[in-house]
Amino acid sequence: MNRNSNVYTIVYAAVMVVLVAAVLAFTALWLRPTQEDNIRIEKQRQILSSINVASTAKDAEQLYKDYITDSYVVNSKGEKVAGDAFYIVVKEEVAKPEAERILPVFVATVNGSKKYILPLYGMGLWGPIWGYIAVDANGDTVYGAVFAHQGETAGLGAEITKAKFADQFHGKNLFYNGKFASIAVLKVGAKADHQDSVDAISGGTITSQGVSKMLFDCLQPYANFLSSLK
Amino acid sequence: MSEKNKEIFLGPLSKNNPVIVQVLGICSALAVTAQMEPALVMSLSLTAVLAFASVIISLMRNTIPNRIRIIVQLVVIAALVIIVDQILKAFAYEVSKLLSVYVGLIITNCILMGRLEAFALGNKPWPAFLDGVGNGIGYSIILLIIAFFRELLGSGTLFGHQVIPQICYDWGYENNGLMILPPMALIVAGCIIWVQRAKNPEMQED
Repeated sequence: MNRNSNVYTIVYAAVMVVLVAAVLAFTALWLRPTQEDNIRIEKQRQILSSINVASTAKDAEQLYKDYITDSYVVNSKGEKVAGDAFYIVVKEEVAKPEAERILPVFVATVNGSKKYILPLYGMGLWGPIWGYIAVDANGDTVYGAVFAHQGETAGLGAEITKAKFADQFHGKNLFYNGKFASIAVLKVGAKADHQDSVDAISGGTITSQGVSKMLFDCLQPYANFLSSLK
Repeated sequence: MSEKNKEIFLGPLSKNNPVIVQVLGICSALAVTAQMEPALVMSLSLTAVLAFASVIISLMRNTIPNRIRIIVQLVVIAALVIIVDQILKAFAYEVSKLLSVYVGLIITNCILMGRLEAFALGNKPWPAFLDGVGNGIGYSIILLIIAFFRELLGSGTLFGHQVIPQICYDWGYENNGLMILPPMALIVAGCIIWVQRAKNPEMQED
């Protein structure tokens, strides 16, 4: 057999590619359910940590059932619309005009009082950042927050995932004099007029600004919904 | 194990180390060594891929058309890397998030192509397997040494556990933030090369 002939080369390449494709397709199909579970559990754990409930990969599902008592979807007028809140892709919603956006709301019951958990999605320095913010039953005071990122610089922008940063949001107000104002992330020591603020990460300026913008962009459409809770 | 096979296996651990002697695979060594855990998983992944790829290429070596041999090698490597990536996503999700794109980048790791082209293509499966494992371990040792110093000095932890006691911080000790940044991996690698050359005078160039 002439190993350098064109026919041999082409047949060899074709057979190899088909074989490899079959192996990869099999692996992907076989592992997909486990991978999807992981992604779902990851999301449940993040939602739980916005109400300061620590979970592990094992107990997340049970804790989620215990704490998250309801979830629904609203539009920017604050009216309930059809849809499954858990499976709404926030990334796609953020890209739409405000009037067309559908907004997931997760309702948690912590020690008998209701908390409303709202998802966030925005851009940091190197890639997307996201998170969840839990708001008290008055629709104004923040109960807790959690942030995550894809590829922010370790030790700098990536610090937004640390409790030290996220815990600052506890007790801040989203409304100022009855108007939606969001929460600003500002350089340490700076104070904003007409809105609450938290300290930025030193050395993570762009990521911090990203968090600030994400909070405004993602929470602004909820303004009517949050006002209706008062 | 014969003398020759022993040399094939042990050579890459020191005198012929892929990272610090041949200076291959440096890119991932810089990227995943801020902490021990991702460095360890990256090492295991690369060793597994390299060992399997070497055996597969070695088994195929008498059938591979010469003109497309690089492509065949790449297809084998890419398929194995994707399988490893999928397995990590299913069974070690937290770690796969830490490694993110770097698992995929094993495909372009110079050690793989280098060993397949230079060794597996011309040797029987067993020596090829030893060569793959040897080079994988040689890569792993360096990665773990770099990660040890970067995590210890940069975060005060090892495998995520606090090892520098709180009392040191109370007395004014600070973690060195520079250690977390990629350039320090290069400097630590440089120090390892320095130590190794100092111990092996025959490796010193004039």
